[in-house]
Amino acid sequence: MNASSDVGYHAQRQSRWHYGEVAFWLIVLACGFAFPTRYLIMTDILRLALFAMSLDLILGYAGIVSLGHAAFFGVGAYAAGLLALHGIINEPVLALVVAGLAAMVLGFATSFLVIRGVDLTRLMVTLGIALLLEALAERFSNITGGTDGLQGIEMQPIFGQIPFDMFGKAGFFYSLAVLFLLFLLARRVVHSPFGLSLRAIKNNPLRAAAIGIPVNRRLIAIYTLAAFYAGIAGALFTQTTAIASLDVFAFERSADLMLVLVIGGTGYLYGGLIGAVIFRMLQELFSTITPQYWQFWIGLVLVVIVLVGRQRLHRWVLYVPNLVIKQVAGRRAIVAVPESDA
Amino acid sequence: MTIALETQNLEKTFGGLRVTRDLSLKIEQGARHALIGPNGAGKTTVINQLTGVLKPNSGRILLEGQDITDLPVHKRVLRGLSRTFQINQLYPDLTPLETIGLAVSERLGHGGDWWRRMGTRNDVNDEIADLLNRFHLLDVMNEQTVTLPYGKQRLLEIAVAIAGKPRVLLLDEPAAGVPESERHDILAVVGALPREVTVLLIEHDMDLVFSFADRISVLVSGALLTEGPPGQVARDPQVKAVYLGEEAVNV
Amino acid sequence: MFTKVHLLSMTAILTNLFDGVAYGMLLFVLACGLAVTLGLMNFVNLAHGAFAMAGGYVCMVLVNRMGWPFFAALPLAFVSAAAIGIALERTLYRHLYTRSHLDQVLFTIGLTFMSVAAVDYIQGSSRVFINLPAALQGQFDVFGVGIGRYRLMIIVICGLLTIGLQMVLAKTRFGSRLRAAVDDPRAASGLGINVPQVFAFTFAFGCGLAGLGGALSAEILGLDPYFPLKFMIYFLIVVTVGGSSSITGPFLASLLLGIGDVAGKYYVPKMGPFVIYTMMIVILIWRPNGLFGRTAAR
Repeated sequence: MNASSDVGYHAQRQSRWHYGEVAFWLIVLACGFAFPTRYLIMTDILRLALFAMSLDLILGYAGIVSLGHAAFFGVGAYAAGLLALHGIINEPVLALVVAGLAAMVLGFATSFLVIRGVDLTRLMVTLGIALLLEALAERFSNITGGTDGLQGIEMQPIFGQIPFDMFGKAGFFYSLAVLFLLFLLARRVVHSPFGLSLRAIKNNPLRAAAIGIPVNRRLIAIYTLAAFYAGIAGALFTQTTAIASLDVFAFERSADLMLVLVIGGTGYLYGGLIGAVIFRMLQELFSTITPQYWQFWIGLVLVVIVLVGRQRLHRWVLYVPNLVIKQVAGRRAIVAVPESDA
Repeated sequence: MTIALETQNLEKTFGGLRVTRDLSLKIEQGARHALIGPNGAGKTTVINQLTGVLKPNSGRILLEGQDITDLPVHKRVLRGLSRTFQINQLYPDLTPLETIGLAVSERLGHGGDWWRRMGTRNDVNDEIADLLNRFHLLDVMNEQTVTLPYGKQRLLEIAVAIAGKPRVLLLDEPAAGVPESERHDILAVVGALPREVTVLLIEHDMDLVFSFADRISVLVSGALLTEGPPGQVARDPQVKAVYLGEEAVNV
Repeated sequence: MFTKVHLLSMTAILTNLFDGVAYGMLLFVLACGLAVTLGLMNFVNLAHGAFAMAGGYVCMVLVNRMGWPFFAALPLAFVSAAAIGIALERTLYRHLYTRSHLDQVLFTIGLTFMSVAAVDYIQGSSRVFINLPAALQGQFDVFGVGIGRYRLMIIVICGLLTIGLQMVLAKTRFGSRLRAAVDDPRAASGLGINVPQVFAFTFAFGCGLAGLGGALSAEILGLDPYFPLKFMIYFLIVVTVGGSSSITGPFLASLLLGIGDVAGKYYVPKMGPFVIYTMMIVILIWRPNGLFGRTAAR
């Protein structure tokens, strides 16, 4: 092999599909058939996974911290709800895209506020935007239904063919299809030159500019894309549960999302998916132990994760999977978490 | 002779401190120009203004005759002005392959391409392979940068700048902190830079300066003290006075 | 609370101004500890409100359940919150000063969640009231301007505290050390100032003030387990708008926020917190280091 094709081979190393990944998606698909009584919770996990993947795009790849990612989730949720409620767009897939675009417009508009400044300013501005939207949604209760939320949403069949059933089976496979498609897109994006430039910006913004990367434009682009993803997640929420209420904007939603991503690890796309599964399982577990006070345990998990150290924790968690992969595939483990701090 | 890079009456103050004073430099096309000066002379401040990290209070910067004073950092790079950093400014998580690949992609205008995967463009691959080879980085191309020995990191630093195919290259102390054993590689690489690249070298190491440069400007307290060919600068009594006490100019 | 007056009458303006000042001063006492944490250690402590809540609940238990006089319980609110503060600082917080802001945010959100659930578990989720002595109830008129006794007391207490803090910072040796450390921690430790010690003490004191503020605010802001989450944004606004390089900045920001919030709720009740959040975002974009903070170096 000459040096050039060798370089090409190695440059594509990360973007090639690995057995582990194929297995992962097959298992997810299999769950849809194996647990027909658990569609509701599984759909919930898929939504959360998509939402977390959206945060991973900006936090894990571009290093933008956000305490208000629920803003885009909320806009997507209300947009989908209003479209269905007033019969503006009845076909769910089309409505989903439109709702995502609505969140995307907001993401683009607010990205100019977010890319400025340091971490703390970003935290405050993102938090402020989410709170602002919550206040707006409460103020314009004639449109949003105020604290009662949107009620009486009835979903039409997907593509006019597949109706949402009461067991949530259609909802689950619909959500899974959306998640998988958006995952494919995200995977493509993060392994492109654009995605690589984001990682460079996260590593060292000054140096990134010094090799000719237009830092601000790239950050605006990924923030806008992430907003689209979050909007889709919100729209899925409304479409599969037929509710949209003020708490879609809540701070707790943004904070929980951070935890999901922290559990799963940032910067390799699967973090949000794995984190969502573990988070919901923990939540189930805690609410069986102490129904009202599960938030205490969630808080404890956050504290422990930070004290132990996120990197160390992920090395422990991934120790066994990596060992297996090494044995089976005989090469460097693929399930790795980037070493740097998000 | 055409002028590759020029500053006209550059002024920069921090608070009340004038760190660049009425600085006018002309660097000829293809020159090996060195900017020297004692510690605190404001050399790095000059570089930062040339590259756009800092804005001068007044004065102009011209790249190949065009005013670039108000251009942001990345646009200057795309016009052919690259730099290396005194202390390694690399991406700790990225590999040399990725780092150079990124720089090449950006130069060829593929940086904003969000669809095509890295490693699928042959022209980019060829160039990466060539650079990795020239800078002795082929063997470590898949290691994370943070784990590389310091000398390799310095090489990567220069390789990244070269990947931008600059017409003017600013080298900010390329050999600083490199152990003696790895120094040779760096000097060889710097010496082998193609002649069509104009180089402005900022350096402390007088051996390197006098073996490399064909023209030297001496900066003291932010102002130009003198300028000329190496032999003339070395004999200049003013320069000797400035460097007295520092590790001297013994040419 | 509001007497029947024309919206724009002078007395209404003055009453609102008075309430706003009381509210603002309370916010300052609640949040000034946070300014120090941020300025000195560059530490983002989203759990600051939990210390305020702790003080508030301690005061409530002492007064309502054990029959302590209100004014005797206030110092204990301070002491208990400070004690919790120093305990947490020594055991947990100090490991996180060098970590990324993201880690600090995650950690302190975790603490906040834990405090919310713990107080909910121990005391229940409904709002609690502290039994006030009769002398503090009701209001009196000064030239038609309604002056709430309780708010007057808050202005007096918080005003004295602010003057006291300013004196300590300006006149004492500890104050000059603290200012030096906030200005440039590295240079300060080079001068032989024990920055971690100064910080631990200041952290505890800031928590104590928050505890005192929590006890005082039960009547005005309402005290329930969700206090730390509900008012997190207000504390952060005070600090980010006021900057963290002095206490004058946060003080002015608190007054501005207090007056703005009270006036906003009175004159444009429907817009609610909208005005405040918009103001905050605009100020952050316009002056990222705060309205009264030092201008960015370089």
